[in-house]
Amino acid sequence: MDHVLSIRNLTIDFDTPRGRVHALRDVSLEVPHRKIVGIVGESGCGKSTLISAALGLLASNGTVRGGEVLFEGKDILKMSQTDLRSIRGERISMVFQDPMTSLNPVLSVAQLMTDIQYRHLKRKPDEKRARAIEMLRQVGIPDPEQRIDHYPFQFSGGMRQRIAIAMALITNPSLLIADEPTTALDVTLEAQIIHLLRELHGSKFQSSIAFVSHNLGLIAEMCDEVVVMYAGEVIEQGSVRDLFHRPSHPYTQALLTCDPARIKKATRELPTIPGDVPNLIDLPQGCVFRPRCPKAFEPCGKTPPRPAAVAAGHEARCFLLAP
Amino acid sequence: MPAQLSEAIAAPTGMTGAQRERAAKLRRFLGDPLGVFGFVLVLLIVLSAIFAHVLTPYEPAAIDVKVRLAEPSFEHWVGTDQLGRDVLTRVLYGGRIALEVAAICISVSLAGGLVLGMLAGYGPRWLDSTLILIFDAVRSFPTIMFALAVVTLVGPSLETIELVIIVTSIPGYARIVRTQTLSLKTNEFILAERALGANMARVLGVHVMPNIIGPLMILASMDVPVVVTIEAGLSFLGLGVRPPTPSWGSILNDGYAFIRNTPWLVIAGGVPLIITTLGFTFLGEALRDIFDPKLRRAT
Repeated sequence: MDHVLSIRNLTIDFDTPRGRVHALRDVSLEVPHRKIVGIVGESGCGKSTLISAALGLLASNGTVRGGEVLFEGKDILKMSQTDLRSIRGERISMVFQDPMTSLNPVLSVAQLMTDIQYRHLKRKPDEKRARAIEMLRQVGIPDPEQRIDHYPFQFSGGMRQRIAIAMALITNPSLLIADEPTTALDVTLEAQIIHLLRELHGSKFQSSIAFVSHNLGLIAEMCDEVVVMYAGEVIEQGSVRDLFHRPSHPYTQALLTCDPARIKKATRELPTIPGDVPNLIDLPQGCVFRPRCPKAFEPCGKTPPRPAAVAAGHEARCFLLAP
Repeated sequence: MPAQLSEAIAAPTGMTGAQRERAAKLRRFLGDPLGVFGFVLVLLIVLSAIFAHVLTPYEPAAIDVKVRLAEPSFEHWVGTDQLGRDVLTRVLYGGRIALEVAAICISVSLAGGLVLGMLAGYGPRWLDSTLILIFDAVRSFPTIMFALAVVTLVGPSLETIELVIIVTSIPGYARIVRTQTLSLKTNEFILAERALGANMARVLGVHVMPNIIGPLMILASMDVPVVVTIEAGLSFLGLGVRPPTPSWGSILNDGYAFIRNTPWLVIAGGVPLIITTLGFTFLGEALRDIFDPKLRRAT
């Protein structure tokens, strides 16, 4: 199995009082074995929906209209709740955005980390504790024997995120989903957490990582492959090197020019992409990016573009590439 | 907060985080005179009920017609009632009944409210609506009227009172648990646990319950006087414990007929009720202040 996770033509709608939100449309992406895949996009582009679907945790008003989510060859969308639960935390783990809220405040780290090993019935309590301490040491918590009895609020944000990573990796899952794991942290901590993830990924943990972010710099530093999402569609995907050197979709190009880290000249006005993200209830006809696209031409307004190859393993949905 | 900081520094280094936390809570409790007073009152009531058989030489139902309605004396510290029974003995033994009813009713309704409330808050929408409807229906009955109806149907007994109190107090707990569960449910750590594979029982038992049990225990402590008063009230009306079993309510009822000439009977039935109410209320408030610093009065 060369792909740990492979999502094919996934389409998801949400029924809301204001109408049907077409949150994901025809989304396909792959997370290869032992690779880090970055998923990048603005707020509301469907990143979170994608993650929930991959974990089988879609909100109750969400409906899968089509497609499949294959994890190690089995379709998560067709699994029973019991099967799903045995995969979550064991084969797929997740690290959340805000470490201030993602740990239960009333349980000590020891309780949290021993409880999470409940599936290992044969493991004795002190073995579970030893394993938890070992994990804390690996994520760089100093003095883990003492610190394990502390409560989450006694740790700083960066330390909490390390604990969350330790909890996610304690079962050595084959897929780790990191949902903007550094957005809530300041820049120095961000760098530390990124290095930690890279280091863990490079050493004994066999996990593939799906790394969700809106920070292009992080994606460039972390990932092997990039998936760019816009308004519920994957508009471009490819290897990091290729995509950053040859951005082929006007949206990816615009994103890259807007990244403050890439601006060379001193300026008082940061570049932006004019216009707004389209309303997902009432989508524009044709290409979703057409209303904001500087290069839009006649065919864009008619039918949605199909993915067109830019290079091997690099494709973009744009008529400029395949008219 | 500098005070907390110095406390943390002053604590012996051998303590773990949890122990230090506990020590700090104990220190805060001891710094609250009303709370300590409440604790002493509660201790007084509980110990006097437990050691009733040691504290008094009389039997609670022993009739001695020679000393009917005797005034307080060295033999009978609080006098005797119309059948010559020692009133102090009956009050002490009555405490057993009161606390037994309180303990049974509160623990059962707390457990019931916890389970039903968490199910309503976490479970499917239809279950929530159904349970809320039932809770509201039960809560709309006045407790005493409900008790009168049930007693008329099945006859008066201690078990009947307990059943009535449990049924009527479950909705109160359940509603609070439900609200807390609803607000916890959307917390990221619950989602995180679900993402790491926890099922409903695990989410509720390991992650939701510890977050709500603290405030709930405080509520339970403040509910003790309410339950004791309901039991006394029903026994006063003759719907509760059967004579000759002593209850504070039936002592009040016995004394009520002779209130002009022998007021000590009514006083003897009333004072323990006041002590219990004050004790548990003060204790509950002090506990609330410790565990929920947000509600603490500005000092």
